[in-house]
Amino acid sequence: MPIDKFVTLESSCVPLPIENVDTDQIIPARFLKKTTRDGFGDSLFCDWRYDKEGNPKPDFVLNDPTYSGSILVAGKNFGSGSSREHAAWAIHGYGFKVVVSSFFADIFKNNALNNGVLPVQISDDFLNQLFEAIEADAKVVVKVDLENQTISVPSKNISEKFDINPYKKKCLINGYDDIDYLLSITDDIQAWEEKAHA
Amino acid sequence: MAGKTLFDKIWEKHVVNQVEGGPSVLYIDRHLIHEVTSPQAFAGLKERGIKVRRPEKTIATPDHNIPTMDQHLQIHDELSRFQVNKLKENCEDNGITMYGLTHPYNGIVHVIGPELGLTRPGMTIVCGDSHTSTHGAFGSIAFGIGTSEVEMVLATQCLMQTRPKTMRINVEGELKEGVTSKDIVLYIISQLTTGGGTGYFVEFAGSAIRSLSMEARMTICNMSIEMGAKGGMIAPDETTFEYVKGREFAPKGEEWEKALAEWKQLPSDPDAVFDKEIHFKAEDIEPIITYGTNPGMGLGISANIPKVEEIEKSSQKSFVKSLEYMGFNAGEAMIGKRVDYVFVGSCTNGRIEDLRAFTKFVEGKKKADNVVAWIVPGSKQVEKQALEEGLKEKLEAAGFELRQPGCSACLAMNDDKIPEGLYAVSTSNRNFEGRQGPGARTMLASPLTAAAAAVTGVITDPRTLL
Repeated sequence: MPIDKFVTLESSCVPLPIENVDTDQIIPARFLKKTTRDGFGDSLFCDWRYDKEGNPKPDFVLNDPTYSGSILVAGKNFGSGSSREHAAWAIHGYGFKVVVSSFFADIFKNNALNNGVLPVQISDDFLNQLFEAIEADAKVVVKVDLENQTISVPSKNISEKFDINPYKKKCLINGYDDIDYLLSITDDIQAWEEKAHA
Repeated sequence: MAGKTLFDKIWEKHVVNQVEGGPSVLYIDRHLIHEVTSPQAFAGLKERGIKVRRPEKTIATPDHNIPTMDQHLQIHDELSRFQVNKLKENCEDNGITMYGLTHPYNGIVHVIGPELGLTRPGMTIVCGDSHTSTHGAFGSIAFGIGTSEVEMVLATQCLMQTRPKTMRINVEGELKEGVTSKDIVLYIISQLTTGGGTGYFVEFAGSAIRSLSMEARMTICNMSIEMGAKGGMIAPDETTFEYVKGREFAPKGEEWEKALAEWKQLPSDPDAVFDKEIHFKAEDIEPIITYGTNPGMGLGISANIPKVEEIEKSSQKSFVKSLEYMGFNAGEAMIGKRVDYVFVGSCTNGRIEDLRAFTKFVEGKKKADNVVAWIVPGSKQVEKQALEEGLKEKLEAAGFELRQPGCSACLAMNDDKIPEGLYAVSTSNRNFEGRQGPGARTMLASPLTAAAAAVTGVITDPRTLL
C-alpha cells in the first residue's frame, strides 16, 4: 500500500507539553477491537479529550479552537508503551502529518514512518523554543523540510536540523513502504533460507 | 578485533541483506500473533493478493480480549468475539497453527512461547506486542513490532531494522529476602527512567541475574520495553538449557545435541564491547512499588514519594499531573495506602512460580475484606499445574479465586477492569493512566508485595510478614 508522499509541510501546530505520552493515552486499549485501520482519529487522546459522557473537555488542547494544524508538538519520550500501531493510525486519522518531540519511543517511531507520519526529533532546547513560539502566537507557522532535514519557524528565524535514516527518507519522499521493498528481494530471501538450512 | 556480544552474534547470523546507508533486512525465525494487532496485517496481504510466506514459522493465540471466567461459553462482547473469530479465520485461510480459547496450549502469547519450547536461544522472535522482549530471557533477539511489520513478516518472513546500540546492565551480588526479579527490573527502570534504554538492546548480566530461574529472568526481560529498550536478553546457560529440554517443540535427540553446541557459543565474548555499560548492586534493591503513571515512577516500598522540588524542573508539570491522577501527595509515604484491587497475572508475573510465591505467602492468612483480588494464570498449562499442585484449594482457603488464563486486567480489554478512582496493586507491567480501566489507579509491584497488600488491605512491606 503506498503511503502518503512527504516533501515539505508548512502548518500551525497543536502543542501538547506533556512528557512520556504513552500509546495508552494516544489510543486506549478498549478502542483496539476494530479490525480495520480507519476510524481511529475520533478516539485520539480519548480520555484526555472527552468526559465520561463523551462531551469534549474544554481544557484539552484538541478541543481548544485557538490551536489547529497538522503538526503535533509534544513533550519528550512520546509514544512509549504498547506497540499498537493504532496509535499511529489515530494520529494519522486525526490529520497530523508530523509529530515533533525531543525523544520518541522506538516502536512508535517505526509505526509512524510506516504510515507516512514523520516523527521529527529535535533538541530539548529547540522544543522549548517551539513551545514558547506557539504560546506567544498560536497561529505561528512551522516549516518541516524533509529533503533538507530542517524544521524552522520562519517568522522567528530559528531552525534546527533533524536526523532521519536515508532509506526512510527516500521511502517518505517517494511514498514507498517496506513491504514493497521486501517483496522486491524475494529471491535474496529465498537464497538466504536455502543457505541457512543447508 | 574486539569480541562479539550475544546480540551481535545472533543479529549477524540473521541479516539477509543490507540496504546501503539504511536498515538491515533481518530474517525472523519465530513469529507470534494474537487477535488485536494482526487483523489489519492479514487484510493488507489480501489486498496485495499475497499469501503468508512461511506459515509454519507463525503461531497464533487469542489472549488480549478473552474472558477469564466461563471460557467454554461464547464471548459475550460482540467486538471481542468478532476479533477472536477473525484470528481463527485468518489462521485457517493461511495454514497457521492457532491455539484457540479451549485448547490446552492457549494462553498469553509470551507465556506459551517459552513453555512450549517455541522460544529458544539464538532465535529472532517478533510479535505485534511490545512485551515480546520476554523471550530474550533465553538468549534470543526478541522485540515487539507494529501491525505493518506483522504484515511484512507474514509476507516475507523478514523485517527492515536499523541495528540498535548495545547496553549491558550488570546486577551483582545477592538479593535480600523478600526481593524478587520484579523488584530488580522496577528498580532498574526507576533508575534509568522510561526513556533510558531507548535506542539500545540490553543484555542483563551479573551474578544476581545468573542466579535467577528462567521464569524470573523472563520477568526482567519482559519489562525491558518499560525502559524504552528495543529488547532485553540474558545469555543462555545451564538454567536455560534445562528449562528448554524436553518441551513440546524443543529439538530432540541428535537435533538437541547440535542445537546445544550452537547455543553454548552464544554468550558475549569476554572482550566484547558494549556501547554502554551500567552496574547495580543487588543488595541496594528493596521491594519496589510505583506511585505514579509510568513504570519509571517507582521507589523502595519504605520510601516516600518525592517532593516536587526534588524533580527536574522540566518534568515537574508531568510529575504533578501524575500525582493528581493517582490522588497522592508529594512527599507522603506509600506504606499504609488504601488498596481496593489486587491483580496477579500478565506476561510479567503470570507464571507458575508467581502463583506459587503468592499462594505460599497468603497460605494460613485471609484476604482483606476491602480487597477484590483477581488471580489469573498466564496460560492453560499454568492453570493446569496450579490445579495439580493444589494451589487452587490453598488460594480458596485464604479467600482467593483462581480465574482462567488471559491478559485480563493488565490492559483491561476484557471485562476485568479496575473501576474509576480505585487503587490496584498489580503484578503487570504498566501503570499508565487508564491502563487497567478508565480512571483506574495502578501501583506496580511483585507478587509478594501484591500478596502483602491482599491480606492487609493496604500497602505493606512484604518483608514484615515473611
